[in-house]
Amino acid sequence: MLVSIYRYNPEKDQTPYMQDINIDIPEGKDLMVLDVLHLLKEQDPSVTYRRSCREGVCGSDGLNMNGKNGLACITPLSEVVKRNKLVIRPLPGLPVIRDLVVDMSMFYKQYEKIKPFLINDTPPPAIERLQSPEDREKLDGLYECILCACCSTACPSFWWNPDKFVGPSGLLQAYRFLADSRDTATNERLAELDDPFSVFRCRGIMNCVSVCPKGLNPTKAIGHIRSMLMQRST
Amino acid sequence: MVASVTSLGRNGLYDWLIQRVSAVVLAAYSLFLLGYLVCSPETTYEQWSALFENTLMRIFSLLALISLAAHAWVGLWTISTDYIKPTGLRFLFQAACGIVMFAYVAWGIQVIWGL
Repeated sequence: MLVSIYRYNPEKDQTPYMQDINIDIPEGKDLMVLDVLHLLKEQDPSVTYRRSCREGVCGSDGLNMNGKNGLACITPLSEVVKRNKLVIRPLPGLPVIRDLVVDMSMFYKQYEKIKPFLINDTPPPAIERLQSPEDREKLDGLYECILCACCSTACPSFWWNPDKFVGPSGLLQAYRFLADSRDTATNERLAELDDPFSVFRCRGIMNCVSVCPKGLNPTKAIGHIRSMLMQRST
Repeated sequence: MVASVTSLGRNGLYDWLIQRVSAVVLAAYSLFLLGYLVCSPETTYEQWSALFENTLMRIFSLLALISLAAHAWVGLWTISTDYIKPTGLRFLFQAACGIVMFAYVAWGIQVIWGL
Protein backbone atom coordinates (compact mmCIF):
# COMPACT_ATOMS: atom_id res chain seq x y z
CA MET A 1 0.00 0.00 0.00
CA LEU A 2 1.21 3.50 -0.83
CA VAL A 3 1.32 5.84 2.14
CA SER A 4 1.79 9.55 1.48
CA ILE A 5 2.78 11.28 4.69
CA TYR A 6 3.21 14.98 5.53
CA ARG A 7 6.78 15.70 6.58
CA TYR A 8 8.17 18.87 8.12
CA ASN A 9 11.15 19.32 10.37
CA PRO A 10 11.64 23.07 10.96
CA GLU A 11 15.31 22.51 11.79
CA LYS A 12 16.01 20.91 8.40
CA ASP A 13 13.21 21.68 5.94
CA GLN A 14 12.46 25.02 4.33
CA THR A 15 8.90 23.96 3.52
CA PRO A 16 6.71 20.96 4.34
CA TYR A 17 6.55 18.16 1.75
CA MET A 18 4.71 14.88 1.16
CA GLN A 19 6.80 11.70 1.39
CA ASP A 20 5.57 8.59 -0.45
CA ILE A 21 6.44 5.29 1.22
CA ASN A 22 5.38 1.78 0.19
CA ILE A 23 4.29 -0.37 3.11
CA ASP A 24 3.62 -4.12 3.09
CA ILE A 25 0.36 -4.71 4.86
CA PRO A 26 0.03 -8.20 6.42
CA GLU A 27 -2.68 -10.25 4.69
CA GLY A 28 -5.96 -11.07 6.40
CA LYS A 29 -5.77 -8.33 9.02
CA ASP A 30 -7.56 -4.99 9.11
CA LEU A 31 -4.86 -2.79 10.64
CA MET A 32 -5.58 0.57 12.25
CA VAL A 33 -3.92 3.68 10.78
CA LEU A 34 -1.80 3.92 13.95
CA ASP A 35 -0.37 0.42 13.20
CA VAL A 36 0.64 1.71 9.76
CA LEU A 37 2.40 4.66 11.42
CA HIS A 38 4.33 2.16 13.59
CA LEU A 39 5.36 0.25 10.43
CA LEU A 40 6.41 3.58 8.88
CA LYS A 41 8.48 4.46 11.93
CA GLU A 42 10.27 1.10 11.68
CA GLN A 43 11.32 2.08 8.14
CA ASP A 44 12.10 5.70 8.96
CA PRO A 45 12.57 6.42 12.68
CA SER A 46 12.42 10.20 12.10
CA VAL A 47 8.64 10.09 11.42
CA THR A 48 7.04 11.98 14.33
CA TYR A 49 3.51 11.67 15.72
CA ARG A 50 1.67 11.69 19.04
CA ARG A 51 0.09 8.54 20.46
CA SER A 52 -0.63 7.16 23.88
CA CYS A 53 -3.46 4.79 24.84
CA ARG A 54 -4.00 3.36 21.30
CA GLU A 55 -7.68 2.66 22.05
CA GLY A 56 -9.51 5.93 21.38
CA VAL A 57 -9.58 7.20 24.95
CA CYS A 58 -6.67 9.65 25.31
CA GLY A 59 -7.25 11.64 22.10
CA SER A 60 -3.54 12.09 21.30
CA ASP A 61 -3.46 10.77 17.74
CA GLY A 62 -6.01 12.99 16.02
CA LEU A 63 -4.92 13.13 12.36
CA ASN A 64 -6.23 13.91 8.92
CA MET A 65 -6.49 10.62 7.03
CA ASN A 66 -7.43 10.74 3.32
CA GLY A 67 -8.98 14.15 3.95
CA LYS A 68 -11.03 13.32 7.04
CA ASN A 69 -10.09 13.96 10.66
CA GLY A 70 -10.16 11.07 13.10
CA LEU A 71 -8.19 9.09 15.66
CA ALA A 72 -5.52 6.96 13.98
CA CYS A 73 -5.81 4.25 16.64
CA ILE A 74 -9.48 3.43 16.04
CA THR A 75 -9.67 4.10 12.29
CA PRO A 76 -9.35 0.81 10.37
CA LEU A 77 -7.64 0.88 6.97
CA SER A 78 -10.76 -0.66 5.38
CA GLU A 79 -12.64 2.51 6.33
CA VAL A 80 -10.26 5.13 4.90
CA VAL A 81 -7.99 3.63 2.23
CA LYS A 82 -9.07 4.35 -1.32
CA ARG A 83 -7.41 2.80 -4.40
CA ASN A 84 -4.71 1.32 -2.17
CA LYS A 85 -3.49 4.77 -1.12
CA LEU A 86 -3.49 6.51 2.26
CA VAL A 87 -2.67 10.21 2.68
CA ILE A 88 -1.81 11.18 6.25
CA ARG A 89 -1.62 14.84 7.26
CA PRO A 90 -1.61 16.67 10.61
CA LEU A 91 -4.90 18.16 11.88
CA PRO A 92 -5.65 21.16 9.62
CA GLY A 93 -5.61 24.76 10.82
CA LEU A 94 -3.15 24.45 13.70
CA PRO A 95 0.57 25.33 13.50
CA VAL A 96 2.73 22.28 12.78
CA ILE A 97 5.57 21.63 15.26
CA ARG A 98 6.98 18.67 13.36
CA ASP A 99 5.55 16.10 10.90
CA LEU A 100 2.14 15.13 12.32
CA VAL A 101 2.51 16.97 15.65
CA VAL A 102 0.54 20.23 15.92
CA ASP A 103 0.60 23.05 18.45
CA MET A 104 -2.74 22.79 20.33
CA SER A 105 -2.32 26.03 22.39
CA MET A 106 -5.10 27.88 20.58
CA PHE A 107 -7.47 24.94 21.02
CA TYR A 108 -6.75 24.73 24.76
CA LYS A 109 -7.06 28.50 25.16
CA GLN A 110 -10.63 28.32 23.82
CA TYR A 111 -11.35 25.41 26.17
CA GLU A 112 -10.01 27.43 29.11
CA LYS A 113 -12.20 30.39 28.11
CA ILE A 114 -15.47 28.55 28.78
CA LYS A 115 -14.42 27.78 32.40
CA PRO A 116 -14.57 23.99 32.16
CA PHE A 117 -15.32 23.35 35.83
CA LEU A 118 -18.36 23.39 38.09
CA ILE A 119 -19.11 26.77 39.65
CA ASN A 120 -21.43 26.66 42.64
CA ASP A 121 -21.67 29.50 45.16
CA THR A 122 -24.03 27.73 47.59
CA PRO A 123 -22.50 26.31 50.82
CA PRO A 124 -21.04 22.85 50.19
CA PRO A 125 -23.16 20.02 51.67
CA ALA A 126 -21.68 17.40 54.01
CA ILE A 127 -21.79 14.83 51.22
CA GLU A 128 -21.54 15.19 47.45
CA ARG A 129 -23.90 17.51 45.56
CA LEU A 130 -26.55 15.04 44.44
CA GLN A 131 -28.28 14.95 41.09
CA SER A 132 -31.50 13.22 40.05
CA PRO A 133 -31.06 10.50 37.39
CA GLU A 134 -32.96 12.78 34.96
CA ASP A 135 -30.57 15.69 35.55
CA ARG A 136 -27.59 13.37 35.21
CA GLU A 137 -29.00 12.12 31.91
CA LYS A 138 -28.76 15.65 30.49
CA LEU A 139 -24.96 15.36 30.53
CA ASP A 140 -24.93 12.27 28.32
CA GLY A 141 -23.42 13.00 24.91
CA LEU A 142 -21.52 15.95 26.42
CA TYR A 143 -19.15 14.68 29.09
CA GLU A 144 -17.65 11.97 26.84
CA CYS A 145 -15.53 14.50 24.86
CA ILE A 146 -11.82 13.60 24.99
CA LEU A 147 -10.50 16.90 23.57
CA CYS A 148 -8.81 15.27 20.57
CA ALA A 149 -9.49 18.45 18.49
CA CYS A 150 -10.75 16.47 15.47
CA CYS A 151 -13.96 18.55 15.41
CA SER A 152 -12.56 22.05 15.93
CA THR A 153 -9.82 21.52 13.32
CA ALA A 154 -12.44 20.32 10.81
CA CYS A 155 -14.41 23.55 11.25
CA PRO A 156 -13.81 26.40 8.73
CA SER A 157 -15.10 28.95 11.25
CA PHE A 158 -12.37 27.79 13.64
CA TRP A 159 -9.75 27.90 10.86
CA TRP A 160 -10.54 31.56 10.08
CA ASN A 161 -10.99 32.78 13.68
CA PRO A 162 -9.27 30.37 16.10
CA ASP A 163 -8.64 33.27 18.50
CA LYS A 164 -12.28 34.39 18.68
CA PHE A 165 -14.58 31.46 17.86
CA VAL A 166 -14.71 28.97 20.74
CA GLY A 167 -15.09 26.07 18.32
CA PRO A 168 -17.27 22.94 18.46
CA SER A 169 -15.27 21.18 21.15
CA GLY A 170 -15.22 24.16 23.51
CA LEU A 171 -18.91 24.85 22.93
CA LEU A 172 -19.86 21.23 23.60
CA GLN A 173 -18.09 21.60 26.94
CA ALA A 174 -19.68 25.02 27.53
CA TYR A 175 -23.09 23.39 27.18
CA ARG A 176 -22.00 20.48 29.39
CA PHE A 177 -21.68 23.00 32.28
CA LEU A 178 -24.73 25.08 31.27
CA ALA A 179 -26.81 21.89 31.38
CA ASP A 180 -25.43 20.73 34.73
CA SER A 181 -28.04 21.06 37.52
CA ARG A 182 -25.24 21.57 40.08
CA ASP A 183 -23.79 24.64 38.32
CA THR A 184 -25.07 28.05 39.47
CA ALA A 185 -23.13 30.30 37.06
CA THR A 186 -25.49 29.86 34.08
CA ASN A 187 -26.06 33.60 33.62
CA GLU A 188 -22.39 34.52 33.85
CA ARG A 189 -21.50 31.75 31.40
CA LEU A 190 -24.16 32.89 28.91
CA ALA A 191 -23.06 36.54 29.23
CA GLU A 192 -19.59 35.48 28.07
CA LEU A 193 -20.99 33.79 24.94
CA ASP A 194 -23.30 36.55 23.68
CA ASP A 195 -20.89 38.25 21.23
CA PRO A 196 -20.82 37.79 17.40
CA PHE A 197 -17.87 35.37 17.48
CA SER A 198 -17.84 32.95 20.44
CA VAL A 199 -20.98 30.96 19.54
CA PHE A 200 -22.56 32.69 16.56
CA ARG A 201 -19.67 32.09 14.18
CA CYS A 202 -21.04 28.55 13.91
CA ARG A 203 -22.76 28.25 10.54
CA GLY A 204 -24.11 24.79 11.20
CA ILE A 205 -22.19 22.92 8.49
CA MET A 206 -21.79 19.98 10.88
CA ASN A 207 -18.24 18.93 9.92
CA CYS A 208 -17.77 18.48 13.68
CA VAL A 209 -20.54 15.88 13.86
CA SER A 210 -19.26 13.99 10.84
CA VAL A 211 -15.70 13.62 12.21
CA CYS A 212 -16.22 13.15 15.99
CA PRO A 213 -14.61 9.80 16.87
CA LYS A 214 -16.84 9.51 19.93
CA GLY A 215 -20.04 10.08 17.94
CA LEU A 216 -20.94 13.30 19.77
CA ASN A 217 -23.00 16.16 18.35
CA PRO A 218 -21.50 19.64 18.99
CA THR A 219 -23.91 21.30 16.52
CA LYS A 220 -26.87 20.18 18.66
CA ALA A 221 -25.17 21.53 21.81
CA ILE A 222 -24.55 24.87 20.03
CA GLY A 223 -28.26 24.95 19.13
CA HIS A 224 -29.12 24.46 22.81
CA ILE A 225 -26.77 27.33 23.78
CA ARG A 226 -28.49 29.57 21.19
CA SER A 227 -31.91 28.71 22.64
CA MET A 228 -30.68 29.48 26.15
CA LEU A 229 -29.31 32.85 24.95
CA MET A 230 -32.68 33.57 23.29
CA GLN A 231 -34.64 32.69 26.42
CA ARG A 232 -32.36 34.86 28.52
CA SER A 233 -32.77 37.91 26.27
CA THR A 234 -36.40 37.85 25.13
CA MET B 1 -16.53 37.65 25.27
CA VAL B 2 -15.18 39.13 22.05
CA ALA B 3 -15.91 42.84 21.67
CA SER B 4 -17.04 44.11 18.28
CA VAL B 5 -18.13 47.62 17.32
CA THR B 6 -18.70 47.14 13.59
CA SER B 7 -21.33 44.37 13.62
CA LEU B 8 -24.92 45.50 13.10
CA GLY B 9 -26.21 44.81 16.61
CA ARG B 10 -22.83 44.66 18.44
CA ASN B 11 -24.17 41.44 19.85
CA GLY B 12 -24.15 37.94 18.36
CA LEU B 13 -27.68 37.01 19.33
CA TYR B 14 -29.11 40.25 17.93
CA ASP B 15 -27.28 39.81 14.60
CA TRP B 16 -28.37 36.19 14.43
CA LEU B 17 -32.01 37.09 15.07
CA ILE B 18 -31.92 39.89 12.45
CA GLN B 19 -30.49 37.42 9.95
CA ARG B 20 -33.29 34.89 10.63
CA VAL B 21 -36.19 37.36 10.70
CA SER B 22 -35.02 39.22 7.58
CA ALA B 23 -34.64 35.89 5.77
CA VAL B 24 -38.29 35.04 6.54
CA VAL B 25 -39.43 38.48 5.28
CA LEU B 26 -37.39 38.10 2.07
CA ALA B 27 -38.74 34.60 1.48
CA ALA B 28 -42.33 35.82 1.98
CA TYR B 29 -41.78 38.78 -0.39
CA SER B 30 -40.18 36.60 -3.08
CA LEU B 31 -42.95 33.99 -2.82
CA PHE B 32 -45.60 36.70 -3.01
CA LEU B 33 -44.11 38.26 -6.17
CA LEU B 34 -43.60 34.84 -7.73
CA GLY B 35 -47.17 33.86 -6.85
CA TYR B 36 -48.47 37.10 -8.35
CA LEU B 37 -46.60 36.53 -11.62
CA VAL B 38 -47.69 32.89 -11.83
CA CYS B 39 -51.35 33.74 -11.12
CA SER B 40 -51.48 36.55 -13.69
CA PRO B 41 -49.05 35.70 -16.49
CA GLU B 42 -50.39 38.40 -18.79
CA THR B 43 -49.60 41.28 -16.43
CA THR B 44 -49.92 44.68 -18.07
CA TYR B 45 -47.99 47.80 -17.11
CA GLU B 46 -51.15 49.27 -15.54
CA GLN B 47 -51.72 46.23 -13.32
CA TRP B 48 -48.07 46.15 -12.26
CA SER B 49 -47.94 49.87 -11.37
CA ALA B 50 -51.33 49.62 -9.61
CA LEU B 51 -49.91 46.81 -7.47
CA PHE B 52 -46.99 48.98 -6.37
CA GLU B 53 -49.22 52.02 -5.76
CA ASN B 54 -51.14 50.09 -3.12
CA THR B 55 -50.01 51.34 0.32
CA LEU B 56 -49.86 47.82 1.76
CA MET B 57 -47.58 46.74 -1.10
CA ARG B 58 -45.41 49.79 -0.52
CA ILE B 59 -45.04 48.92 3.15
CA PHE B 60 -44.27 45.29 2.26
CA SER B 61 -41.68 46.42 -0.34
CA LEU B 62 -40.03 48.81 2.11
CA LEU B 63 -39.93 46.05 4.73
CA ALA B 64 -38.30 43.72 2.20
CA LEU B 65 -35.80 46.42 1.20
CA ILE B 66 -34.76 47.12 4.79
CA SER B 67 -34.59 43.37 5.46
CA LEU B 68 -32.35 42.94 2.41
CA ALA B 69 -30.00 45.71 3.61
CA ALA B 70 -29.82 44.31 7.16
CA HIS B 71 -29.40 40.73 5.91
CA ALA B 72 -26.62 41.78 3.54
CA TRP B 73 -24.90 43.82 6.25
CA VAL B 74 -24.78 40.91 8.72
CA GLY B 75 -23.68 38.50 5.98
CA LEU B 76 -20.99 40.69 4.44
CA TRP B 77 -19.71 41.74 7.88
CA THR B 78 -19.31 38.05 8.75
CA ILE B 79 -17.51 37.30 5.48
CA SER B 80 -15.21 40.31 5.90
CA THR B 81 -14.20 39.22 9.43
CA ASP B 82 -13.50 35.71 8.11
CA TYR B 83 -11.42 36.54 5.06
CA ILE B 84 -10.02 40.11 5.32
CA LYS B 85 -7.41 40.04 8.06
CA PRO B 86 -5.72 43.52 7.76
CA THR B 87 -7.82 45.86 9.95
CA GLY B 88 -7.63 48.91 7.65
CA LEU B 89 -8.71 46.98 4.58
CA ARG B 90 -11.48 45.23 6.49
CA PHE B 91 -12.82 48.53 7.85
CA LEU B 92 -12.74 50.05 4.37
CA PHE B 93 -14.68 47.10 2.97
CA GLN B 94 -17.24 47.34 5.78
CA ALA B 95 -17.60 51.10 5.32
CA ALA B 96 -18.10 50.63 1.57
CA CYS B 97 -20.79 47.99 2.23
CA GLY B 98 -22.53 50.34 4.68
CA ILE B 99 -22.54 53.24 2.20
CA VAL B 100 -23.82 51.07 -0.64
CA MET B 101 -26.61 49.64 1.52
CA PHE B 102 -27.63 53.06 2.79
CA ALA B 103 -27.69 54.36 -0.78
CA TYR B 104 -29.87 51.44 -1.91
CA VAL B 105 -32.33 51.97 0.95
CA ALA B 106 -32.58 55.73 0.31
CA TRP B 107 -32.93 55.21 -3.45
CA GLY B 108 -35.39 52.36 -2.89
CA ILE B 109 -37.63 54.56 -0.74
CA GLN B 110 -37.63 57.14 -3.52
CA VAL B 111 -38.59 54.51 -6.10
CA ILE B 112 -41.22 52.72 -3.99
CA TRP B 113 -42.93 55.90 -2.84
CA GLY B 114 -42.49 57.69 -6.15
CA LEU B 115 -41.02 60.74 -4.43
